[in-house]
Amino acid sequence: MTLHTQSVTQLSQLLSQGSVSSTELTEHFLQRIESLDSQINSFITVNREGALEQAKLADTQRASGSAGPLTGVPIAHKDIFCTNGLRTTCASRMLENFIPPYESTVTTNIAAAGMVNLGKTNMDEFAMGSSNETSFFGASRNPWNTDHIPGGSSGGSAAAVAAALAPIATGTDTGGSIRQPAAHTGLTGIKPTYGSVSRWGMIAFASSLDQAGPMAKSAEDAALLLETMVSHDAKDSTSVAHPNGAFSSSLNSAVTGVRIGVPESFFSADLDAEVGDAIQQAISQLQKLGAVIVPVSLEMNQHALSAYYVIAPSEASANLSRFDGVRFGHRCGDPKDLKDLYSRSRTEGFGAEVQTRILVGTYALSTGYYDAYYRKAQKLRRLIKEDFEQAFKQVDMILAPTTPSTACKIGDKFGDPAKMYLEDIYTLAVNLAGLPAMSLPCGIANGLPIGMQLIGKAFGEAGILQMGHQYQQHSDWHTQRAPLALQEVSA
Amino acid sequence: MKWDVVIGLEIHVQLATKSKIFSGSATQFGAAPNTQVDEVDMALPGTLPVINRGAIEMATKFGLAIGAEIGRESVFERKNYFYADLPKGYQTTQLDKPIVGAGVVTVTLEDGSERHIRIHHAHLEEDAGKSIHTEIPGKTAIDLNRAGTPLIEIVTEPDISSAEEAVAFLRKIHSLITYIGISDGDMSQGSMRCDANVSVKPAGQEELGTRAEIKNINSFRFVEKAIKVETQRQIELIEDGGTVVQETRLYDSEKNETRSMRSKEVANDYRYFPCPDLLPIHIDDSFIEALRESLPELPDDKAKRFVSDYQIPIYDAQLIASDRLLSEYYEIVVEGCKSAKLAANWVMGELSAALNRDSITIEESRISAAQLAQLIQRINDGTLSSKIAKQVFESCWNDQLAPDEIIERDGLKQNSDSGALELMIDEVIANSGAQLANYAKAAADKRPKMLGYFVGQIMKASKGQANPKMVNELLIAKLNAVIEE
Amino acid sequence: MSITNESVQHVAELAMLSLDQPAIDRATDKLNQVLWMIDKLQAVDTENVEPLAHPLDATQVLRADEVTKTNNREALLSNAPEAQDGQFVVPRVVE
Repeated sequence: MTLHTQSVTQLSQLLSQGSVSSTELTEHFLQRIESLDSQINSFITVNREGALEQAKLADTQRASGSAGPLTGVPIAHKDIFCTNGLRTTCASRMLENFIPPYESTVTTNIAAAGMVNLGKTNMDEFAMGSSNETSFFGASRNPWNTDHIPGGSSGGSAAAVAAALAPIATGTDTGGSIRQPAAHTGLTGIKPTYGSVSRWGMIAFASSLDQAGPMAKSAEDAALLLETMVSHDAKDSTSVAHPNGAFSSSLNSAVTGVRIGVPESFFSADLDAEVGDAIQQAISQLQKLGAVIVPVSLEMNQHALSAYYVIAPSEASANLSRFDGVRFGHRCGDPKDLKDLYSRSRTEGFGAEVQTRILVGTYALSTGYYDAYYRKAQKLRRLIKEDFEQAFKQVDMILAPTTPSTACKIGDKFGDPAKMYLEDIYTLAVNLAGLPAMSLPCGIANGLPIGMQLIGKAFGEAGILQMGHQYQQHSDWHTQRAPLALQEVSA
Repeated sequence: MKWDVVIGLEIHVQLATKSKIFSGSATQFGAAPNTQVDEVDMALPGTLPVINRGAIEMATKFGLAIGAEIGRESVFERKNYFYADLPKGYQTTQLDKPIVGAGVVTVTLEDGSERHIRIHHAHLEEDAGKSIHTEIPGKTAIDLNRAGTPLIEIVTEPDISSAEEAVAFLRKIHSLITYIGISDGDMSQGSMRCDANVSVKPAGQEELGTRAEIKNINSFRFVEKAIKVETQRQIELIEDGGTVVQETRLYDSEKNETRSMRSKEVANDYRYFPCPDLLPIHIDDSFIEALRESLPELPDDKAKRFVSDYQIPIYDAQLIASDRLLSEYYEIVVEGCKSAKLAANWVMGELSAALNRDSITIEESRISAAQLAQLIQRINDGTLSSKIAKQVFESCWNDQLAPDEIIERDGLKQNSDSGALELMIDEVIANSGAQLANYAKAAADKRPKMLGYFVGQIMKASKGQANPKMVNELLIAKLNAVIEE
Repeated sequence: MSITNESVQHVAELAMLSLDQPAIDRATDKLNQVLWMIDKLQAVDTENVEPLAHPLDATQVLRADEVTKTNNREALLSNAPEAQDGQFVVPRVVE
């Protein structure tokens, strides 16, 4: 039996039946990481010892009958979540040797559910990027074709799950960083409603946009992990109590009569034909399942890119000021005074893309430009949110492409904002409006996966997960595996 | 040439919360470095602020105490700049939507005149840590214990026109914040710090002069001196044909001068924007009303009550009422001795002098309010003369005994036994032939002045215990009788 | 709007980044590309639109004023590049 291609739901069953122990399962994935990860560079830190200890504990819990459904199932965490005693780098030289003395709420919740932390995955530095090429630890590669990007910023998590080096992983999404890599690697990834998942211990990129979520092989797995991730956390002022957090329970309900909005403007010249075709086929499939397709207008989406690239860098410019070489993180050699210490530590510690975004954000907030950029962008943000609210008066959810095209080759767009930033034109608006959205596979072109996006109302995760699950019950795109995932490792 | 002085103050008050404004760390003064710090105060990556309700309540109480509008929607912003003891690289503060809006504080000057000083607003913010330059040679050490302590910054309009007014205003603020219990107001520990914006202009001119900001003045006395010396500097500068530059200056109390802080003169652009980690705070009527009800009687109201209930002068009333604990002490004394004026004299006189002399607070007073009341009672019932009462006060203070115990111990009961007194007076008269002859010869209107000698002798003979009133009466009667013979 | 070398230099100083001339030139180039994209927002009429800082209409929850943290200095200073006697250390700051 190939353990590594099983879904989390299946692994959970195998564990509860006693067909496999968590220790065996963990060892299996650790060996795959150790043998195969050199091809895709998806992990920054492998947590071998810690994982085996957690697995042992999980096996005891299984034996004593105190296990939950996820107890003993391995997982990989994006290296943006602070893990107590385990190096957390955010893929930056700045935090190359940073060992947090505290734990993020996301990883705390997941550990409390008994899951085993295999290690910390590669990402774009400080989550700033759409290709995983800005990582200080080198680019991660797409397991479907290692000449291509896995997407970003949660590229390492995507690559690790797609290559079956982990059954499931966490990611974070500020402008598409879960959905875009999920689309590029054939995964199901969901960014929940802003406030659903605590941001405590998750290194901030843009505080009003960041949300963590699962990257999984199916909507069913994603629902299971998301239930564990969601919590109302007193340590995060922007955290809210999710009014509808039982995501798994409605997965099997029929979707007859559910109204799906399709925004015509998302299917314009920017969209590759093969992606557009795949999505049209998925729409037909959903109609067969009883969903009602309704054209909707989301005209404000065309301004999402502008608003996002003002707001996100502005917030980031302040969020990244704490990386100053004084209390933690990289410090330059032999600083001659405090200013020298700051500026050299920061210039050495941050990569080029991070520096660009800090400069853009600093500029947008500076005297004379605040109104023209920051304030203007915040006004657009309201218009974008209201645009969605209008659409949701007619429909229950919205279907759109996740990305304009399949994953590009490594180096193709790197360092060219005009091209790279367009990767996220279909995903950014969702973060600005704080809505939940999921990407799920709906086709393959030239050996690379295609994703489609389901956008829900605020706290409407259950609905889009249900739609995704029903689609996956009647399609097999999510069961297609990258070549690397099928490669066996000899013990 | 005559000059107008224009002063605006920015007063930082540390709020007396148990924990910090955005974290659960303690806020006690004087702890070992970095022992009252957590990952939030240290701005470690991924950490987030959560607002302390106590800080919101205390700031709101201040707003209510000065009759200001309370911001129903209060927003925190980030003020971006780099400094070694500012862990996040920004200070979380308020700008457009502060918690306390415009208000007025009335101060009474020593001549009894009143000034109304307008408060522009007061906002909540976090304190920075401390940079210590003296401990490690060539290095600066950073202690973040203070980082994240809640502050309110009270910003006045430029309504203050002298150093004395500035100090009177500061004292009033000090009185208010300690009354409502939102701060210990201890300037020596930095619980209250003052920045003064000072400018001068030719008397009567509308347009304001260029101002200099004097930073971080840490005592009432230094505020007065710093403003005086800065005012003088500006006047002399202008009279010598120079111009004042807008800058930040530091007051050097040893040299009694202000000097430019050029090292901090980087062109700052603070890039304020709403803090995305915090949501707007909504303050509703019930929150405000509950706090309003919890407010104690404020100093101005108390002073008015003292004047009407106790018939003491307004100046005395304000002085006593300005200090919550002192005024509470005073009211216990009045209750015990039923003599409000005498009580006021003793509290402002002997008691205040003794407290000052020993540099202790009213809470640490070595004579309790009940004891002082007893002392005043002993004056009222004739047991003690005022003079002996002062002596008893000192003994109570030094020996920590009640007035009655001292009187008993030292046998200080005033001698009012007329028989014994008469014997003493007879003896003094008998031994004072010359003085008696002079007295007899003098005109009637000169005689009262000549009594002093006899009284002195009698008091000496009685070791000071003779009741002066009785001595006077008996002496005059006896002298007149002797002369008529 | 386009940004000049001098503005980039100024912004870099505010952000405490030390860029040499070639780096300034590269950054100016890149910033102008980004600004060219985002400047499209200037075309939208946003008069009478309230800025939106948070996606959700939520109100701040307040924490009780309680001390919940105890001294954890050793762990917190463990990542410090330079520390002495429980304090962080930086080059001498002249005030």
